[in-house]
Amino acid sequence: MGIEEKLPAGFLLTTVEQVAGYMRKSSVWPATFGLACCAIEMMAVGTPDYDIARFGMERFSATPRQADLMIVAGRVSQKMAPVVRQVYDQMPEPKWVISMGVCASSGGMFNNYAIVQGVDHVIPVDIYLPGCPPRPEMLLNAILELHKQIQGGKLGVNRVEAARAAEEAAMAATPTHQMKGLLA
Amino acid sequence: MADKSRPGKHEAPESEQKGFLADLFAPVAGFGVTFGTMFRKVETEEYPEQKRPTQLRFHGRHQLNRHPDGLEKCVGCELCAWACPADAILVEGAGNDDATGQRFSPGERYGRVYQINYLRCIFCGLCIEACPTRALTMTNEYELADDNRAGLIFTKDQLLAPLQSGMLPAPHPMVAGMEERDYYQGKVTGATDAQREWVDEHRGDDTEASDQAAQAGAAEGRTA
Repeated sequence: MGIEEKLPAGFLLTTVEQVAGYMRKSSVWPATFGLACCAIEMMAVGTPDYDIARFGMERFSATPRQADLMIVAGRVSQKMAPVVRQVYDQMPEPKWVISMGVCASSGGMFNNYAIVQGVDHVIPVDIYLPGCPPRPEMLLNAILELHKQIQGGKLGVNRVEAARAAEEAAMAATPTHQMKGLLA
Repeated sequence: MADKSRPGKHEAPESEQKGFLADLFAPVAGFGVTFGTMFRKVETEEYPEQKRPTQLRFHGRHQLNRHPDGLEKCVGCELCAWACPADAILVEGAGNDDATGQRFSPGERYGRVYQINYLRCIFCGLCIEACPTRALTMTNEYELADDNRAGLIFTKDQLLAPLQSGMLPAPHPMVAGMEERDYYQGKVTGATDAQREWVDEHRGDDTEASDQAAQAGAAEGRTA
């Protein structure tokens, strides 16, 4: 993205990574993406009782172009799926996704033709948050987990290396359709 | 102009009553609320540092309970799985067998595989109502976020209640002279010396054996 991509791997790059991670995690701007009842709990997190502003996130962005985090709150219907993808594509890098609630994470109790069985079929998800709906503390917990991920984020050559390692691991893993057993 | 003249007509009598000072500070009166708030107690929950306790009846993560001697209460009847509206629970029962030392619960059967998919579970508590032995209850724990879907399918070793004092990890025989009914009537209050001897004899170190058993069970659940 910037000059940090051209730094050589080593002490300098890891220091920059830590600083950038700290900066990024302390001002994650969420995009408003309330789709159902979970959105009510997401709004509750914005109230003074839970005060998401303590994490530098008070600016719920109405435009995806100024957002870093997409909190998919609620069930994603088949018809909404392209919209979710488009909003995600419009967000600038780096971007993260929290799948809030069981419906967004796996379809939840709506195991039917109308609902996408997990928003990770459409966009990559960083944190899955169970609950129906999750209480505001659970969302704050998910945000703190995401902060840990962001803090450990890689840049430049380290990032390329991490991406390559992740791809190799994914290629070596058992494909979902070949998995046998009880975990479904 | 019409706007200005209309309220003037209606509010004229009231403003005469209020007086000069009230009129003077009327435009900034709203700031009084803001100023007063500075001296009020802050109600914000400082979540990660100071957690507000949930209500006792809060529906959180499940727990599989044990009898006072450490045997599991789950009898593998699958009523919880049938009651679940989201199909989040998977149970596979198996028979207890004293001859081979595979006794996990008093009575005939136990839950060999027990999985709850927390990405399906809606925490409605119907499974708790369905459970005939009070084996399945809910805790108040709610911090469940994870970064992959597989990690949120909790297996039996994650769901089982921690061992209290006087408990021995299953499998081990029932208390001598007791039958299944006696467990539910509260006649068993803890593991007996005979059970401890049996565990020492058959599994050596308690914790190691139980860990291995739990891992083996989890692996079996994943690959069976």
